[in-house]
Amino acid sequence: MPSLGADMEAGTVLDWYVKPGDTVKRGDIVALVDTSKAEIEVEIFDGGVIDELLVPVGERVPVGTVLATLHPVPAEVPVPVPVGPPAPETPAPPTPATAVTLPPAPPSAPVPVAAAPAGTNHRLRVSPLARRAAAQLGVDLSVVSGSGPNGAITKSDVERARPAGQPAPPVERPATPAPPVERPTTPAPAREPGDRQAAMREAIGALMARSKREIPHYYLQLEIDIGRALDWLRDANLQRPMNERLLPSALLLSAVARAAAEMPEMNGFWTDGAFRPGGGVHLGVAISLRGGGLIAPALHDADKKSLDDIMAGVRDLVQRARAGRLRSSEMSDPTLTVTNLGERGVDLVHGVIYPPQVALVGFGAVRERPWAIDGMLGVRPVVVATLAADHRASDGHAGGRFLTLIERRLQKPETL
Amino acid sequence: MSVAPAETITYRDAIREAIREAMLADERVFLMGEDVGAYGGCFGVSRGLLDEFGPERIRDTPLSESAFVGAGIGAAMGGMRPIVEVMTVNFCLLALDQIMNNAATITHMSGGQFAIPLVLRMTTGAGRQVAAQHSHSLEGWLAHIPGLKLLAPATLADARGMLAPALADPNPVLIFEHGSLYNLEGELAADAGAVDIERAAIRRPGADVTLIAYGGTLPTALSAAEELATDGVEAEVLDLRVLRPLDDRAIIESVMRTHRAVVVDEGWRSGSLAAEVSARIMEQAFYELDAPVARVCSAEVPMPYPRHLEQAALPQPGKVVDEVRRMIGVPSDE
Repeated sequence: MPSLGADMEAGTVLDWYVKPGDTVKRGDIVALVDTSKAEIEVEIFDGGVIDELLVPVGERVPVGTVLATLHPVPAEVPVPVPVGPPAPETPAPPTPATAVTLPPAPPSAPVPVAAAPAGTNHRLRVSPLARRAAAQLGVDLSVVSGSGPNGAITKSDVERARPAGQPAPPVERPATPAPPVERPTTPAPAREPGDRQAAMREAIGALMARSKREIPHYYLQLEIDIGRALDWLRDANLQRPMNERLLPSALLLSAVARAAAEMPEMNGFWTDGAFRPGGGVHLGVAISLRGGGLIAPALHDADKKSLDDIMAGVRDLVQRARAGRLRSSEMSDPTLTVTNLGERGVDLVHGVIYPPQVALVGFGAVRERPWAIDGMLGVRPVVVATLAADHRASDGHAGGRFLTLIERRLQKPETL
Repeated sequence: MSVAPAETITYRDAIREAIREAMLADERVFLMGEDVGAYGGCFGVSRGLLDEFGPERIRDTPLSESAFVGAGIGAAMGGMRPIVEVMTVNFCLLALDQIMNNAATITHMSGGQFAIPLVLRMTTGAGRQVAAQHSHSLEGWLAHIPGLKLLAPATLADARGMLAPALADPNPVLIFEHGSLYNLEGELAADAGAVDIERAAIRRPGADVTLIAYGGTLPTALSAAEELATDGVEAEVLDLRVLRPLDDRAIIESVMRTHRAVVVDEGWRSGSLAAEVSARIMEQAFYELDAPVARVCSAEVPMPYPRHLEQAALPQPGKVVDEVRRMIGVPSDE
């Protein structure tokens, strides 16, 4: 059971996407795990052939428990990868008697099949036009993230996914497993919405208490005139179709990521009494969930991403976070968290660092303020950037330089 | 193209001019309805016509829609070219038996021996605070009936030009005049004449979404398109013009250009014309759609009297804009 965030102590296997004998490669999604925060798709770190699944569906086990065993593949033997829904060989007759062949039910009552909400199925939402475009362009819809209503994939999403360097589809399971058949064989443990709320509150509380207990925070803030950046953004957006427009938050994320690449002491982890730099700038993007709670999955290699990729990446993360479909690497990889509470109308954020990270950057609302430059007073759009940093890993001097680097980036939006 | 000078004219005047022209051109044409004579028509459309044409041809009728619509059908069967005015579409329900069981079926029932060259004009729609018995948009109900042709002039040119071909049609034609349009004013060539009554018309070209409207919702759709343009969204506005038979080809061709559609219909949503248009798009252009077809219709309530509630119940440009934004996936800052 992987640790999908520093606040996770145990997880429940909701579903297996592989079975003994299946060939997997690094990065494949093999299981669905429920942490107290969300349902997370677990990626596998090594390739090979699945030997045995040790933890049955529905069982809750502590972090570190071996979930399955794997034989390494000896050579480049082309093993045909079986494709198909996880358990099509044993279609469950519609009688409750089959339940006896299932793993022991968890203490809480299993969800009655009929009551399973329609929203939990895995069918992709794809517009008819996008589906046709994908067939023509040879785009694998399972790797396209949707920007349409309710996350539906539109034609422009498909076209965006087409360009060179299209990654090999990491998911071997079929794009459209038939959920109504699948469900009866995997009675996932019932977790009432209220339970999840409470569990998430508890997890956030434990982690934040640990942060405040262990991390000697220091705080800095800098008011940044982002008039130039917003002007540039407006001009850039005039050239773009509606659904590809950039938001100011993309500029902010890009500026932080690029500044972090220059300041390794802000980007990494404090573990076992020492600082360890992160391998790449993986920005944790704080996303508030509907109905309460918070999750900060990684936007990988954000310092190397274009603004478009950042926009698309954030949109994808938000949608999957709210749908409870994040991947394990996104939960464990963030090296530096960014929180933007500007939309809530606050001026600035004094953040709490997400352990074991060593810094958190916060942004407040962009507001017009009287602003003096060269002895003249004008009205400029201003945002307050704050830094909460771990004094064990850095000093105020470095923190100040970091905020200044962010400001400098925002003055040159064309470099973002 | 017309070379005559344009003159400023209202929608009401344009309809009156069309009636005058038809009466001057053909002695068989006459106008009949409640208060169309001495009073000049409940909406002032026929003002002055009694003086010009006399009571034989501008006939006031008793308050009995069933009787005078039936008389109109009889006159049409007898070779006349009657224009029958029903005060509002709500009141045409009193004549629904005549409209459906007689006007729409006699040609069929008589084995083609009788034609019914009848024109029924009626006011439709809300927005004037005349409450729940004078405000509804029931075009969708009548559009259900085979054998009728339904027209919805939404421009001055259509108000002026639809009557002549409607009278020339050997079958019953219903013309819906939206009450909010009578004071619409603009320029129209002095010799503006007949228009086609077969096809829908693109009132504004665009590439991102098709707004499908008719009658009173055409201004709504145009104003929504105006607002969307400031966001960089180019909405195409399609005016249906003919509600039965629908111009499928124009609808589908537009959707094939834009891949998205919002139907703006003042009727109630359930079982509406908007539902019919939406279904046809799904049937004929499913693989062209990049989003589900959306509808902006009136709230499913009896039309309220208070102005703020009436406005809230009607399709407004803002609702259309919201639908389009949702459909196009305008990024929301998370």
